[in-house]
Amino acid sequence: MIIATNISKQFGKLKALDHVSTTCSKGECIALIGPNGSGKTTFIKSILGMVVPDSGTIEFKGKNIRNQWQYRDEIGYMPQIGRYPDNMTIGQVLDMMTDIRNKKTALDDDLIQAFSLHNLLDKRMRTLSGGTRQKISAALAFLFDPAVLILDEPTAGLDPVSSELLKEKIIAEKEKGKLVLITSHVLSELDDLVTRIIYMQDGKLLFQKSIEDLKQDTGENKLSKAIAWVMTNE
Amino acid sequence: MTKIIKYVIADILRNRMVLVYTLFLLASSFTVFSLEDNSSKGLLSLLNIILIVVPLVSLIFSTIYVYNSAEFVELLVSQPLKRKSIWLSLFSGLAASLSIAFLIGAGIPLLIYQANMIGFTMIMVGIMLSIIFVSIALLATVNTRDKAKGIGVAVMLWLYFSLLFDGFVLFLLFQFADYPLEKPMIAVSALNPIDLSRILILLQLDVSAMMGYTGAVFKDFFGTSTGLIFSVTILFLWIALPVWFSTRQFNTKDL
Repeated sequence: MIIATNISKQFGKLKALDHVSTTCSKGECIALIGPNGSGKTTFIKSILGMVVPDSGTIEFKGKNIRNQWQYRDEIGYMPQIGRYPDNMTIGQVLDMMTDIRNKKTALDDDLIQAFSLHNLLDKRMRTLSGGTRQKISAALAFLFDPAVLILDEPTAGLDPVSSELLKEKIIAEKEKGKLVLITSHVLSELDDLVTRIIYMQDGKLLFQKSIEDLKQDTGENKLSKAIAWVMTNE
Repeated sequence: MTKIIKYVIADILRNRMVLVYTLFLLASSFTVFSLEDNSSKGLLSLLNIILIVVPLVSLIFSTIYVYNSAEFVELLVSQPLKRKSIWLSLFSGLAASLSIAFLIGAGIPLLIYQANMIGFTMIMVGIMLSIIFVSIALLATVNTRDKAKGIGVAVMLWLYFSLLFDGFVLFLLFQFADYPLEKPMIAVSALNPIDLSRILILLQLDVSAMMGYTGAVFKDFFGTSTGLIFSVTILFLWIALPVWFSTRQFNTKDL
């Protein structure tokens, strides 16, 4: 569904992405992991067209995304830090996004219900806590029932209950055959979610393996231990 | 695109700045007209206020607004929207709200006290200046990532157009006083929209007689319909070119 070929991006002297290639297909749940500043967010932003790679191509359903915009209709994006216009209320932001997306089919408001956001519709964005913003980002990413979900640190800042709710929702969507891309530092919570791991460091894609292969190769049952094993042995 | 313009305008109106700007223009226009018994004297004072305040507010407000709505733009860019239409909506929203503020703030007093050709030209010029400086502000912000630096650039641009440029022109005139510079001055005036607006309005007033030979040459050129078409075209170019350049840069900008 998404094919990235040799994408590179340089910010000044920093090589944010260095010849990254990968293929993501339907029904997969891919975890992008790696230390801070390893290029995960830049990679995600390149897929979304927010960052324009210096070289390489990204294809979405067989079409190069360069200068395209319609394809984003099929992507739900949850940013790392959800930032919204300060003066708008939650209700206005939700209405605005619905208006912009102009989706004919029914909206998926599971998360709005689960997070009880409908009780907060009149609150202004500037008064919200980081966790509540995060909930809105999550609700917006799932709202339009997109075929691809891109979640950048989805559970950072969420309380355990909400984080569990979000995880259930991600699993439910994965079961429906959607492509889910997640970045996270909390490896333990990825255990029952992901099907494949992409490990990045200093802008390079170090390895990508399906979770079964990884567990078999390392002889570890837990993802965090398996990654630690790889880090010390490679 | 109209959808985004709607949200941009709604967002600007929620910010009180534009309202304060409108009230300031209203207050100063009425004061100026009621202080002078002769309304054409009032017109001259108002001209000076407009030529200083309108560019300053349009430039600084637009710059700050664009930086403050970085989140909004980021949110929109991740949605199925063309970058071009996001940027142009931002421009249209700012241009529309600042023009309306000018129309209410200075337009209404002008129509009450000077409902003639001069008043009408002044309203047109004020609106054009508002839009021109929104357009220049967008070009300044798309080039600079840092907010403080961007606002600094905007202030410098305003200083350049309002003060430095005139100094530069005076310097040229003195240095080359032995040469006939009246005609090249017309071309030079096209380099600054504020000067061009000032000439356009002064020529409608009788005071152009006080500008000496240059004034006469200006009157000869800008007084004709060719001159009028020339200056309006130049003013439109001052809107279109910065918008075009900034849109091109925004299209490949990393957010």
